Amino acid sequence: MASIGKIARRTFLFGAVAVAGGAAFGAWYVSRPAPNPLKPAEGEASLNAFVLIDGDGVTLVAPRAEMGQGTMTTWAALIAEEMDLAWEDVRVIHGPPAQAYYNSALMGEGLTHKGYDASSFQHSLGEVMGVMGKVFSMQVTGGSTAMKDGYERMRVTGAATREMLKTAAAQRLGVGLDELRTENGAVIAVDGTTIPYSDLAAEAAEVEPPSVELRERSDWKLLGTSLPRKDIPGKSTGTAQFGIDTRLPGMRYAAVRISPTRGGMKSFDAFEASRMAGVEKVVDLGDGLAVIATNTWLAQQAVDAIPVEWAPSSYPETTEDMTRAIKAAFDAEPNSTLRDDGDTAKLPSGALRIKAEYSVPFLAHATMEPMNATAWFDGTHLRIWCGNQGPTFLRDACAAEAGIAPEEVEVNVTLMGGGFGRRGEFDYAVIATRVAKALPGTPVNVTWSREEDMTHDFYRPAALARMTGAVLDGKALTFDAQVSSPSIAEQALDRWVGFAPGGPDKGIVDAIYNQPYGIPNYRVTGHKAEITPPLGFWRSVGASYNGFFHESFMDELAHAAGADPLQFRLDLTRDEWLPAYYVLEAVRDMSGWTGQTEDGVGRGIAMVYSFGTPCAMVIEVRDVDGTIRLTNAWIAADPGVALDPSIIEAQLTGAMAYGLSAAIGEEITFAGGVAEQKNFPDYDPLRMPQMPAVEVRILENQKRLNGIGEVGTPPAAPALANALFDLTGKRVRDLPLNKAFEFYV
Amino acid sequence: MATTLTVNGTAQEVDLPENVPLLWALRDALNLTGTKFGCGVSACGACTVHIDGEAVRSCQIPIGDVWGEVTTIEGLGTPDALHRLQKAWIDHQVAQCGYCQSGQIMQAAALLAETPTPTDDDIDAAMQGNLCRCGTYPRIRAAIKSAAEGA
Repeated sequence: MASIGKIARRTFLFGAVAVAGGAAFGAWYVSRPAPNPLKPAEGEASLNAFVLIDGDGVTLVAPRAEMGQGTMTTWAALIAEEMDLAWEDVRVIHGPPAQAYYNSALMGEGLTHKGYDASSFQHSLGEVMGVMGKVFSMQVTGGSTAMKDGYERMRVTGAATREMLKTAAAQRLGVGLDELRTENGAVIAVDGTTIPYSDLAAEAAEVEPPSVELRERSDWKLLGTSLPRKDIPGKSTGTAQFGIDTRLPGMRYAAVRISPTRGGMKSFDAFEASRMAGVEKVVDLGDGLAVIATNTWLAQQAVDAIPVEWAPSSYPETTEDMTRAIKAAFDAEPNSTLRDDGDTAKLPSGALRIKAEYSVPFLAHATMEPMNATAWFDGTHLRIWCGNQGPTFLRDACAAEAGIAPEEVEVNVTLMGGGFGRRGEFDYAVIATRVAKALPGTPVNVTWSREEDMTHDFYRPAALARMTGAVLDGKALTFDAQVSSPSIAEQALDRWVGFAPGGPDKGIVDAIYNQPYGIPNYRVTGHKAEITPPLGFWRSVGASYNGFFHESFMDELAHAAGADPLQFRLDLTRDEWLPAYYVLEAVRDMSGWTGQTEDGVGRGIAMVYSFGTPCAMVIEVRDVDGTIRLTNAWIAADPGVALDPSIIEAQLTGAMAYGLSAAIGEEITFAGGVAEQKNFPDYDPLRMPQMPAVEVRILENQKRLNGIGEVGTPPAAPALANALFDLTGKRVRDLPLNKAFEFYV
Repeated sequence: MATTLTVNGTAQEVDLPENVPLLWALRDALNLTGTKFGCGVSACGACTVHIDGEAVRSCQIPIGDVWGEVTTIEGLGTPDALHRLQKAWIDHQVAQCGYCQSGQIMQAAALLAETPTPTDDDIDAAMQGNLCRCGTYPRIRAAIKSAAEGA
């Protein structure tokens, strides 16, 4: 553990310097990461793990999974900004899985301070935690951490690379560094001599990375602007390559059916299926079956035709049984008490106490591109193509499946047709490896049917909340929340790194214990239900349900207090944390909130602080011939630094749509241990006519850069439920809302 | 067992049973992977292509039943010769994950061919069968309108 301690101490010092003194970075910081995984070919030079230069120009490595959130664009822009590259000349690749690409921000997310009130010391502690990501080679895209992780690291990388190139030019020209400048991918001397980076790369690669200073924000040319995304032309012309589009010489196509109970397979009879058109092989996967064929559809027809008897699930078989277990966890000792301010039991005379119970169901991710992976195994080496959010974990798991060392596995991370957390798992790649083992030497594209995808998800868990609150003199006096849910992190971490830390599970209470409201008596306890249906990280994770619990109940308190719900929140945030106040103020002004609406119109407000960013949302609903239509939405969020406003606007809008989809009509239920929803007709996301018009405002009042990809999801459900209360007077505390209201379709 | 399909202006033979859906002939036999598989039951629109200019769900049409010329996203326009909708999609930075966008663009192209200046209600009616999990609907709407105006 000595080396971890050493790294931690160095990082701590770095953190202290960064916070106290601004940008003062040593060369060690760039050179510190694990070995450079880039293997330059003839005529190429790699100046570090993130910059590859050849005769045609510069390629940057953005080792975070592009699942639509624009990360490859902004990550590359961080490097390109300091390197003085012309944006149109920048090429971006994902690169191989490697320790060098660890996520330095993810582990810091596990700390249990509230976040918005973090001291410099706690912030530094987060960075110390961050090196644990290196220890575990955590190359993970998730937790809205990519920009937090890359914001300084990648600008330092870009600046150091620029200085290496300038040093090489200075040596060649025999001039001082101060006589050189850089522009559009070239070093330019005072006499006008211009040397493109591509011409300097080989010499620059020999230069020791120097100390650098980062540019002031006022000098930025790329960051802070809305750049044309690198992935959009391909995605608009059908030429973008997703995992499912992998095509290799002699490739076969396979379809699978894995035990929908996760309990394995008792028996099957593949006699008829093996004689069906196009079928080349039926593969017994142990816990399911694959059919390898000449065409995906023919493989699908055959695998669906096989009579199979599945073994029962190890978790409770029905939704009712699971709900009972989640409810029972309230009676056990809490797993966490992460907020305990004042005395929530106290009830002064004149105070009004209210109580309410809330519930949310299990949810599927339902990415548009169903799970898939292509595997090619020759007995020694394994090559994998698929989109995924954790390629180092995926590589190691596939290596174990193939019985080879991780170094023998090549993972090609493709674009992904949606992730939302689902592609942080690697089950689909392990299954593809198992299928490919049955046909050595032949690449096999293993594509799941939608039914397979929906019934083999790692679901957002169901959760219950028991809320108690009190108001006095028009103000919130007490807020006491008990939340019960099974643990996501416990099983997900076990799948990733083979163990799960004990102790309080922050995920169960995230975005309910740490909200920036100044309520004097404020208590939140988390209860861990001891059931283990397959669970995973779903966009915004615990905040996806806690935002609903907190902000719906906040509305109930406001009404009990006889206060306007928006003013009620403004009053509670003003002295607690101003960035939260400002986002509320912004949506008030954008929406022209008056607290009054005309007949047939309802408006609701919610504000949730998650992933370091406060996000406020007003949703307006209208009664259209007895059905509910969402007409307008106003969103304001403060990520500290807006690196790309167009991408941020898209993320906030899309994350809201994802939250509204779930709030209105999504629910996974279980019978016989199997998810009952199989395809979009049973699990129908928001469609074009249901999408409200959206207006977004981005604020920059908080000091540090924070997350943006998930923060639009948590306030969507409560803002809608509060709007429905405003319209109808009916308070609905259970999702999805289409069980209580009829929505416009 | 070969079936002849005319795709993007070229007659091509595919050696597959006649009940194989057009989607899977395009993707797996002709390697035209721009047309996407999303649900297989005509519920998401990711597989939308044109047959004689009409937007259809290619996951539901057996190759033996294809009645006309097929146009896919690759045939609508190319990176070097964009269709005006593709240009509008890029100008408005519509795509997020991008997986549904081929289907969205093909559906929108059929809409504009029939209704050159669609209203919001026209757009809702035409596009309601095309799911987008990333929630790009506002930008899709804006791109369709700007392509319509530029016509």
